[in-house]
Amino acid sequence: MTEASLLDRSRTIAGPGYNRWLIPPAALAIHLAIGQAYAFSVFNKPLGSLISGDPANPAPDDWTPGQIGWTFSIAIVLLGLSAAVFGKWLERVGPRKAMMAASLCFGGGFLIGSLGVHLHSLALLYLGYGVVGGIGLGIGYISPVSTLIKWFPDRKGVATGMAIMGFGGGAMIGSPLAVALMDHFKGSAPQGVAPTFIVMGIIYLLFMQFGVWTIRVPADDWAPEGYVPSTEHDAMITTGNVSADNAIKTPQFWLLWVVLLTNVTAGIGVLETASPLIQNTFSEAAMGTGRGVTAAAAAGFVGLLSLFNLLGRFFWSSASDKLGRKTTYAIYFILGIILYALIPTLGAGLQLTLYVVAACVIISMYGGGFATAPAYLSDLFGKYQVGAIHGRLLTAWSTAGVLGPLIVHTLSEHAKEQNLAGAAAYQNVFYTMAGVLVVGLLANLAVRPVKEEYYEKGPVTIEAGGH
Amino acid sequence: MESRNTSAPETASSGGALVLAWLFVGVPLLWGISQTFIKALALFNS
Repeated sequence: MTEASLLDRSRTIAGPGYNRWLIPPAALAIHLAIGQAYAFSVFNKPLGSLISGDPANPAPDDWTPGQIGWTFSIAIVLLGLSAAVFGKWLERVGPRKAMMAASLCFGGGFLIGSLGVHLHSLALLYLGYGVVGGIGLGIGYISPVSTLIKWFPDRKGVATGMAIMGFGGGAMIGSPLAVALMDHFKGSAPQGVAPTFIVMGIIYLLFMQFGVWTIRVPADDWAPEGYVPSTEHDAMITTGNVSADNAIKTPQFWLLWVVLLTNVTAGIGVLETASPLIQNTFSEAAMGTGRGVTAAAAAGFVGLLSLFNLLGRFFWSSASDKLGRKTTYAIYFILGIILYALIPTLGAGLQLTLYVVAACVIISMYGGGFATAPAYLSDLFGKYQVGAIHGRLLTAWSTAGVLGPLIVHTLSEHAKEQNLAGAAAYQNVFYTMAGVLVVGLLANLAVRPVKEEYYEKGPVTIEAGGH
Repeated sequence: MESRNTSAPETASSGGALVLAWLFVGVPLLWGISQTFIKALALFNS
């Protein structure tokens, strides 16, 4: 028996009695690892002072924040592109081989990146963490999604919510882990970054192996005990199957693309500015001596947003099983529009508690938007190639990753030129994001069931244990 | 047992595997959450 055969789809078909609740931990092992990407900023200062050794006084040859920032941007763009490109391959070869590829790319990306840090080669850092690691992100992100949907036809939102929650949690593990490792290796390498990259690459490679070897696909005729597909016809849940190639020809796919784009763009607006936002809005000048939000408290605010980002992924996605996907997204948008429009007023009125609550709810819906998307796709296009369709939808995320920060930086710069301070400096950001959400709301309202002409003709092999 | 294509019952070992699997991912996740929560407390202590 060769190693390759162990990775084949046919070798991953679950035997009788296999407990489907083993699948979410397998998926979480992948998402908890690749979610580290959102903690990349923890390396910003150390990477920017590899030569000088002092983040406050970088040497002329030290990398600039802009140069370092590109590493994360490349990784996120590659995430979307690789998810789109490799989605159909994943459906064909199965989740185990895809997870193995993801683990090798993500872990390998760290190792190549460490060489880049050691040689002080920005190109190698981009190639390693950005390109190779980014491909690992994309394949890893979509690898468990369709498998989860097939195991949990009765709880699609719960299942995908659990996995995608892991992506939110990954940063919470990756950030303190990186800080601890850099501290440990500080004496042996500049800022301890290169050995930290090596250790993290190996840790993540091994951690992801748990997912690789635990994942199983259900047999063709498997169904959860007692599961009876609803006989009540819900027009928003298809009984047909649409291929990935046909899906992108439908207006529904592009409407959902806009839905994801707008939800993510608006959420990034808050995440990008969270720390300066709360410090400038609730500064000592505005609140009174000794009562302003400090840098440490702002970091706490960022941490709180991360927690709600994580919780929202599970809560909203699970709720969508009861509420329906379209209704859930309508809540994201309507509640989001109200809260975005309200936040500048809360800031101007120095209502710190309400301000924090509003931001947390917004971020929970940002996370929820990611987690609810696969189930929405499955409802509209069927299970046939839902992983590949999801991969293509993620290009909206890459686009939002550029668009969101662009909107925020442009409007913030404009506010600076007008000498606006405090809450006023950010009000245009929030009003613009409320407008962005209106576009998303309209797109979501326009989603209708997919026409039968796009369905696959005849029986399709839902690639579970089929071959 | 959750499958309609089998009559094999779940065994105690599958229950043990389930606990181990969730611990494997749950422990690091809870550690990460606790670290973030501690950081978030600074907001309320200000």
